[in-house]
Amino acid sequence: MTIRDIVNELEFTPCCAEEKLNQKVTGGYSGDLLSDVIANSKAGDVWITMQVHVNIVAVAVLKELSAIILVNGRKPSEDTLKKATDEKIPILVSKLSSFETGGKLYELGIGKGT
Amino acid sequence: MRWYTADLHIHTCLSPCGDLLMSPKKIVAEAAARKLEIIAITDHNSAMNVSAVTNAASEIGIVVLPGMEVCTREEVHVLTIFDNIPAAMELQKTVYLHLRGKNDPQAFGDQVIANEYDEVEGFEPRLLIGATDITIENLVSTVNQLHGLAIASHIDRESFSVIGQLGFIPDTVQFDALEISANTSDEDASARFRSYSQYPFIRNSDAHFLNDIGKQKSRFFIEEATVQEIADALRNENRRMIQTVN
Repeated sequence: MTIRDIVNELEFTPCCAEEKLNQKVTGGYSGDLLSDVIANSKAGDVWITMQVHVNIVAVAVLKELSAIILVNGRKPSEDTLKKATDEKIPILVSKLSSFETGGKLYELGIGKGT
Repeated sequence: MRWYTADLHIHTCLSPCGDLLMSPKKIVAEAAARKLEIIAITDHNSAMNVSAVTNAASEIGIVVLPGMEVCTREEVHVLTIFDNIPAAMELQKTVYLHLRGKNDPQAFGDQVIANEYDEVEGFEPRLLIGATDITIENLVSTVNQLHGLAIASHIDRESFSVIGQLGFIPDTVQFDALEISANTSDEDASARFRSYSQYPFIRNSDAHFLNDIGKQKSRFFIEEATVQEIADALRNENRRMIQTVN
């Protein structure tokens, strides 16, 4: 499964780094405490969060996450968008809540030991 | 110049999680018993009890610095401390514009506005336990414009600390100090936060109950109890300095 598959299936809106949409997704993680995401997410995970602060990009780079999904229609802040573009980290916006976003991704098969 | 003993993070009965016994006169009496000379009143997202505590302290000779513990959009707690009440009220105006929701006293606790005689003046209806939608960058720059101190609250705690919420201190903000809680010793703090060694550490009680006041504190070698002097001490400038007491 790639980020592009997620975008096509779930109609999340990509905001940046569209050249990386073919990146493979190998799992998922959900969290708004960035310290926890640093501790527990795995490379290749797609990350679901409410946080829009620029630090999310650094966490995604550090942990080699495949993409960030912002929930409840939250938009990345300007500096976040710029940094994500520079660092080539795709950010998608989901109109759904964290719970629903995670559920939809799980239904697609992400996180089921794929 | 001399050493002043200070506890710059004290809640009152205005904070929903603050004990109802945290009234102006009782706080001042407890601070005096603990030999504190400077205290800061820092309720969650409000400065409504600051003047009552200041008045209650006037005859006792404890300096009360007005402040607020603001919860940013990222749900990071930032301690803000000012020299005068109008500056704190100015920040409160901004905070109130960016704070939504109504308090449910049953769920979160009463938010008592008190006077200097420990009488109830009213109840704050806003949801003070909530988060504002002010970004951490905007908050710190607003505090700087008001010539106040911006201190990252209890950075060693997971909840509501800048490191817990944002993973690390972003280089887009410059705090005046980082607060270490009672949970972490000085040795552990310097090891765990060695990448922030350019920052001064400060200890305060974060008291929500009377008997916590002054349990964690700091000493400042300063000329007088002003924000400017404390800022110099935090930067170790002009022979001013800070020492944490654990």
